[in-house]
Amino acid sequence: MDPITVIRSRTAVMPSSNIDTDQIIPARFLTTTTRDGLGAALFADWRYGADGRPNPEFVLNRPEAQGCEILVAGRNIGCGSSREHAPWALLDFGFRAVISTEIADIFRSNSLKNGLLPVVVDEATHAWLVANPGAEVEIDLPSTTLRLPDGRSVRFPVEAFARYCLMNGVDELGYLLKQADAIAAYERHAG
Amino acid sequence: MTAKTLFEKVWERHVVVPETADTPAVLYIDLHLTHEVTSPQAFSVLRSRGLKVRRPDRTLVTMDHSTPTDTAQIFGGKPIALESAAKQIRQLEQNCVEFGLDLIGLTDERRGIVHIIGPELGATQPGKTIVCGDSHTSTHGAFGALAFGIGTTEVGYVLATQCLLQRRPKTLAIEVAKRLAPGVSAKDLVLAIIGRIGVNGGTGHVIEYRGTAIEALSMDERMTVCNMSIEAGARAGMVAPDETTFAYLKGRPRAPQGEAWDRAVADWRTLRTDAGAVFDKVVSLDAAAIEPMITYGTNPGMVAPISGRVPERPGDAVFARSLEYMGLAPGELLRDKPVQVVFVGSCTNARISDLEVAAKVLAGRKVAPGVRMLVVPGSQQVKHEAEARGLAKVFTDAGAEWRESGCSMCLGMNGDTVPQGQYCVSTSNRNFEGRQGSGARTLLASPATAAATAVRGRVTDPREFLN
Repeated sequence: MDPITVIRSRTAVMPSSNIDTDQIIPARFLTTTTRDGLGAALFADWRYGADGRPNPEFVLNRPEAQGCEILVAGRNIGCGSSREHAPWALLDFGFRAVISTEIADIFRSNSLKNGLLPVVVDEATHAWLVANPGAEVEIDLPSTTLRLPDGRSVRFPVEAFARYCLMNGVDELGYLLKQADAIAAYERHAG
Repeated sequence: MTAKTLFEKVWERHVVVPETADTPAVLYIDLHLTHEVTSPQAFSVLRSRGLKVRRPDRTLVTMDHSTPTDTAQIFGGKPIALESAAKQIRQLEQNCVEFGLDLIGLTDERRGIVHIIGPELGATQPGKTIVCGDSHTSTHGAFGALAFGIGTTEVGYVLATQCLLQRRPKTLAIEVAKRLAPGVSAKDLVLAIIGRIGVNGGTGHVIEYRGTAIEALSMDERMTVCNMSIEAGARAGMVAPDETTFAYLKGRPRAPQGEAWDRAVADWRTLRTDAGAVFDKVVSLDAAAIEPMITYGTNPGMVAPISGRVPERPGDAVFARSLEYMGLAPGELLRDKPVQVVFVGSCTNARISDLEVAAKVLAGRKVAPGVRMLVVPGSQQVKHEAEARGLAKVFTDAGAEWRESGCSMCLGMNGDTVPQGQYCVSTSNRNFEGRQGSGARTLLASPATAAATAVRGRVTDPREFLN
C-alpha cells in the first residue's frame, strides 16, 4: 500500500442513500480468486445497459467524472455484504477516498485496510459537496481535515491506528504478528 | 461489581491486549468460519508472506456461496456449469491441502451454508467469538456468541494470528414484549425491527435481543432474528443463552460432552446481562402488534405489513427511484401482487423448521401455474431430514424444485437467478437491486408467506392457510 498523506481531487457525486455493496460490485463478479481488475465491474448494473454498453447518463460515465479520486455518496454507503471486493473495485477504478455522512461498519473497516479513505462529515458539509459536484477538495490525513474550495475546512474522525497504518503504508498484520507472545499466553490461559 | 451486559462479558473474556488511545484491542477469535468466496485472496497473502494458519483446529472451512444446487453437478454426471465457480471451489480445496485445514467439501454429508452448519455441528457455542468473511455471521449470536462479519484482509489476519484489532462497539438493547401472534414468524419480527430502526439503526452497535417474545423463540427462530442484524447496520446481534440453547446444543458432534458439558453449561448460565447494566441505546417493541411483513423496496427497511400499502413519500427522489425499480406505485396494495418466482432458502430461513412451515402451507396444494418455486435446504443434514420426514415430497408433489444445499438464489452467484423484471417472494435477507439477478425484483418475507404466495401466485397472507 502506498502511504496516504494528502488527496487532492475533483469529486464525483452519487447522492443516493444506502448504496449497498451489491451495487458497488454485484455478486456475479465475486467468483474471482484475485483482487485485480475489479474496477471494470464497479457499479456494473448502473454503469452498463443490458447490452453491455456504458449508460451515458450514469455519473461515472460522464466526461467530468473521469480522473476523480474522491467519491461523495449519500448516507450509509457500503451497507450490506462484507465483500472486500467493494473497496477493491473502487480503488481499481481510481477512487482513493469516499465521503458521506455515514459509512457502514464493515465497508469502512475494509476500506481502511486497503488505502481507500472513508471520510464522515456533517450534514451541512455533505449538502455543500452534493450541491457542488466536481468541486476540487483536499483531504489532509495527517491533520484529519477536509478543505473545501471556498476556504472552509472541517475535521473528520479516523481511528488512530488505522490512520497510522495509512500514513505509513503498512497493514495491521505486522502489528498483530508482533503480539505472538501475548496471544500464546492468552491461549495457555483460556485453553 | 459493575453490572455488565452480555456483550461486555463476552468481549472482556477475549481481550488479549486492551485497547488504548493509539491502538485497538487485540481480540481473540474462538471460531473462524471460512468459505470459497472471501478466502482466496487471504490465503494468497499468507503464501506471499510465508505464514501458516495458526489454529487449524479453530478454523471450519466449507463451500456454499458459488456451489451448484443441481445434484448431478455435485455428485457427478455433470461438470459444474459455471467455470469461474468451479475454479473457486478447486482453489479452496487446494488451499486447504496446502495449509493443512480440514475441509467440509462439496460432497461431504456435513456441508451446507456456513451459518447453518456451524450451529448444526455444535461448533457455535455461547460465549464464543466467531467471525467469517460474510456479513450474516451475526446469525451465531443467537447462541450468546459474539459473532460478526469481516472482510478478506481480516480473514487473513485471523488465519495467521487467530486475532483481530477491534475498537469496542456500542450496545443496543431491542426489548420485545409479549408474544408473536399465531401465523406471525421470527422473520416478520426481524423485518418489523428493521422497519422500525432503519437499515442504519444499528450501525456501530451490537444488538442484544431481549424480552418475553425473544425468550419464547426456538433456536431456529433466534437465528433468523440475529441473522438480519446486519440489515439494520449492526455487525452483531445476540440472545442470552438459556435452556432452549442448551437443549439445542446437547449431544451435537462439536459440543462439549460428559463432564465438560456440565461445566460448560454452568459457565454459559452466567452469560446474561446483569440487572442494572446499561445499554447505550434501547428500543422497545410489542410483539403482539406485529403482522406478517413483506418488503416493497430495495432495502430491508422498506417493509410493510402484508395487509398494507406501499407508502407515499412525495419529494423523496431515492424512494421514487427504488419504487421505479420495483415497478410499484405509492399507495399500491401489496396483497395480491402477482409474482413469478418463490424462493425458500438462505442462511435466514432454510432450517428444518422453516421447511416445515412452508410444507404445512403447501401440503395437498399446488404451486400456481406460471410460478417457479425453488426450495433449497440450508444444509445436507436439513435436506436429509426433510426427505426422511416427507417434507421434500410435499414440495415436489406441489411442483416446486427441490435442490442440494447452498446459498443459491439469495445472491445468485451459482447461476440460480431471478430473470430481469420478475417478482420473487424470497425468504432470504436482501432485496437490494440485482441481488437475485440483474433486474430481479425481490420481496422479502417469511417461509409461510412465501409458500402461501406460491400457491396463489400472488402475494398472500399466510394466515389464510395456517390459522
